[in-house]
Amino acid sequence: MKKKLTCIECPAGCTLTAYIEDDKVVKLEGGKCPKGESYAISEVENPRRIFTSTVRAKGLSVKMIPVRTVAPIPKALIFQMMREIKKIVVTGPVEVGTVIIKDLLDTGTDLVSTRAVQ
Amino acid sequence: MINRELVVVGGGPAGMAAAISAYENGVRDILLLERDQYLGGILNQCIHTGFGLDYFDEVLTGPEYADRFIKKIRNIPEIEVSLRSFVVDLTEDKVLTYLKPGSVETIKAGALIMATGCRERTREMIHIPGTRPAGVFSAGLAQKFINIEGLLPGKKIVIVGSGDIGLIMARRFLLEGAEVEGIVEIKSESRGLIRNMVQCVEDFNIPVYFNHKISGIYGKDRVEKVDIVRVDKEFNKVAGTETRLDCDTVLISVGLIPENELIEMAGVEIDKKTNSPVSKEVNRTSIPGIFVCGNSFKVYDLVDTVSNESIKAGCMIAEYLGYKITCNEE
Amino acid sequence: MRTEIKTYDVVIIGGGVIGTSIARELSRYKIDVALLEKEIELAFGVSKSNSGIIHPGTQNLPGSLKGRLCVQGNILTRRIAKELGVEFQEVGELIVAFNKEENSRLFELKKEAETMGVPGLRIVGGDWLRENEPNLNGEAIAALYAPTAGIISPYRLVYALAENAVKNGVEIHVLTAVEGIKFLKDDKYKFDVITSRGVFRARFIINAAGLYADKIASMAGVSDLKITPRKGEEFILDKKKENLTRHLLFPLPSKTSKGILVTRTSDGNPMIGPTVQDVEDKEDLLTSDEGYKKVVSAARRLVPSINKNDIITYFAGLRPVCGDDFIVRHENNVPGFVNVVGIQSPGLTAAPAIAGMVKKILENNGLDMKKKFFFKRYQGKVTHLFSKSLYKIKKLVKRDHAYGDILCRCEMVSVKEVKDAIKRGARTMDGIKFRTRAQGGRCHGGFCTTRIMKILAEETNVPITELTKRGAGSEIVKEERGND
Repeated sequence: MKKKLTCIECPAGCTLTAYIEDDKVVKLEGGKCPKGESYAISEVENPRRIFTSTVRAKGLSVKMIPVRTVAPIPKALIFQMMREIKKIVVTGPVEVGTVIIKDLLDTGTDLVSTRAVQ
Repeated sequence: MINRELVVVGGGPAGMAAAISAYENGVRDILLLERDQYLGGILNQCIHTGFGLDYFDEVLTGPEYADRFIKKIRNIPEIEVSLRSFVVDLTEDKVLTYLKPGSVETIKAGALIMATGCRERTREMIHIPGTRPAGVFSAGLAQKFINIEGLLPGKKIVIVGSGDIGLIMARRFLLEGAEVEGIVEIKSESRGLIRNMVQCVEDFNIPVYFNHKISGIYGKDRVEKVDIVRVDKEFNKVAGTETRLDCDTVLISVGLIPENELIEMAGVEIDKKTNSPVSKEVNRTSIPGIFVCGNSFKVYDLVDTVSNESIKAGCMIAEYLGYKITCNEE
Repeated sequence: MRTEIKTYDVVIIGGGVIGTSIARELSRYKIDVALLEKEIELAFGVSKSNSGIIHPGTQNLPGSLKGRLCVQGNILTRRIAKELGVEFQEVGELIVAFNKEENSRLFELKKEAETMGVPGLRIVGGDWLRENEPNLNGEAIAALYAPTAGIISPYRLVYALAENAVKNGVEIHVLTAVEGIKFLKDDKYKFDVITSRGVFRARFIINAAGLYADKIASMAGVSDLKITPRKGEEFILDKKKENLTRHLLFPLPSKTSKGILVTRTSDGNPMIGPTVQDVEDKEDLLTSDEGYKKVVSAARRLVPSINKNDIITYFAGLRPVCGDDFIVRHENNVPGFVNVVGIQSPGLTAAPAIAGMVKKILENNGLDMKKKFFFKRYQGKVTHLFSKSLYKIKKLVKRDHAYGDILCRCEMVSVKEVKDAIKRGARTMDGIKFRTRAQGGRCHGGFCTTRIMKILAEETNVPITELTKRGAGSEIVKEERGND
């Protein structure tokens, strides 16, 4: 099976063609950099995205703290992630990179703050 | 009146980069004015990734990208940051007046960098007929509602225009539990970056109506529905192709305009169409010593480019102030 | 027998410029007055889309009520504006002629207006026009110049009138919709006005209900009135174009309207329009592509340099038309019921004269009007930073720090002004916009909306999710994250 993919690693947005057998990429065409090639393989075999959102803060200088997963997580988990983080209220100061949830949904990646908030 | 060597107006990515660069090129008396209560500008509400790949060689979110510059500024005592400071007057002699809670200051600047960013084009500018109910927002305002204030402005969204902020907000609304009925784009392709079409729109199967325009917004008190219609190559309506979409919210994402009302007040020549300063060289204006950088010079696609061009502005201004610099080399 | 129902000498229905002008006029006398308004704030009906022109009285038929009240109102408005601290600018108007035939019409108009007592009229020629109105189409050959035309902010006038009326003892009830009128067998109190917020017992009712005046009249048994909404679309230009024209520019009037004008709001934004279109629906505020094209092309005939890119906003309003003239009368078949109906253009100008007329009607029908010993005639100006010099701004900021806290960048509005507006009765985002101009500039609230909402929520103690643009149903946001 042949599948066209648009790489989202950088603003260039290159198109790659992946040849797929048994859910595995066997051949790639159109890749212009290693990032693009690994994106294409991951997009076919286990699509992942960096997840970003916000969590509620109380008693701090802002109402919402922006957060992200350190590494990309399986795309299929995104809505479940949202449900998880809606439960959270942060009450103490955070730095950029402060862990908000460790090993989010057993993905092996942490959810961290992306803004310093006092 | 107080004399300052350099005043930078705007504490977003452009103003911060320009101030740091001016310092690194020798300027030692810098006042940075920011109207909000934080540095970082609009990056604070851009919580998605997509920043920094070019400048830092890393994938960062907006607040993370801003944070790196904020930390740097904090470590340079020669850059005085004045928050909640709103410039109300500027003359061609570079005398500027700003308000902050409790005081009004007038300053004579040796040189000025204006990094005042841009604003969004509005519903009014593209003239959408219909009623004027609640629920029509610019995409950036919706972004601020959700990401900064924790407020969900609507549950059933139609997005007008496929600019990057609109695409990003389509995904953001979906994640927050709203439905996105569609994105209406008058052109035959997206105006936003391809990667945003993939990860914000295609990932979630959001319908995109290319070659369509919105022909009316309806609803007495709150938006109830919109009409969209196919357009031909000259963007004229094709009769008989109207479709009605039920929604409670319309997001307008039809482009950005540089904010240059202050320098216009000072007499800088402004291009009527683009609202950019008329200039042959990046960051320069028709008044020597008044420089403009970042999105107020012209609207850039990427913040990384804004940083690079603003660093150039800092260098140009140091040169203007008499420091020995060569700014033309890459 | 005592009841819990409160009694009034006069109940005014409708909180637009007519209702509030009458309320303020009646507040000079020792009578109990209540004003009822169905919307959440005053001036949210016909008055909010008024163009703000104080007409000199040039375009009304001699002998008409409109004509007489307009000329009187033009004089009275100046005094009231001064008393209430509302800015009135006398800018003058030009009715422009492009050919010989139109030129001779100018002389007829002048004669008609002079018989009604319009002062200072002059026919001016092409040279005068080129010198005094340089952006006017060079093809104009002459104009009727009426120096007494002026501009005022219609909603700020309403808010000032209401505030002054309240200071002098009038009760104002918003969100109070009249649902019925019951006739009482009492010699003194003839009516029970049944509303969404209880019963108001009255000796006299004044029907100033704008578009809905026919509905109110029929509740009182007066069924021969029918209001036809006549829609007008208006377009507002960026304040950068403040000096587009010096005068208000009119084409020659037709039978039904004054035509498409080039005027200016009291805030300095040029305004072009309105269109004229009779509609069925009293809530039909749709703007159209056709209206837009029509207005732009007609306005360009007067001022060719008008650019559609300078349009920053547009809206439609409805004129409450009921026949050709105003109706201001006591209904002899329904003693105690006074109709003030069909007050379309020049209603804003005529409002104070109408109020005076209503006062006389009440007096003639048996209401004892004794002047109050203390009538608070004067009222301080509402402070707007945008109209102040830097020197004055410095003083203000020193006096109150919140004047230095700017929240609306396009129109330069401070936190202090927004809080003041709320203190003076603003309850909605539109109410704040009308009073302060915050959200009314070129970014349309893109930057300041969230800040204003936070202040409004805090000052009025209303959850942020319940704040509205202009009353129930127009809530701005749907949900708040983690609000528990």
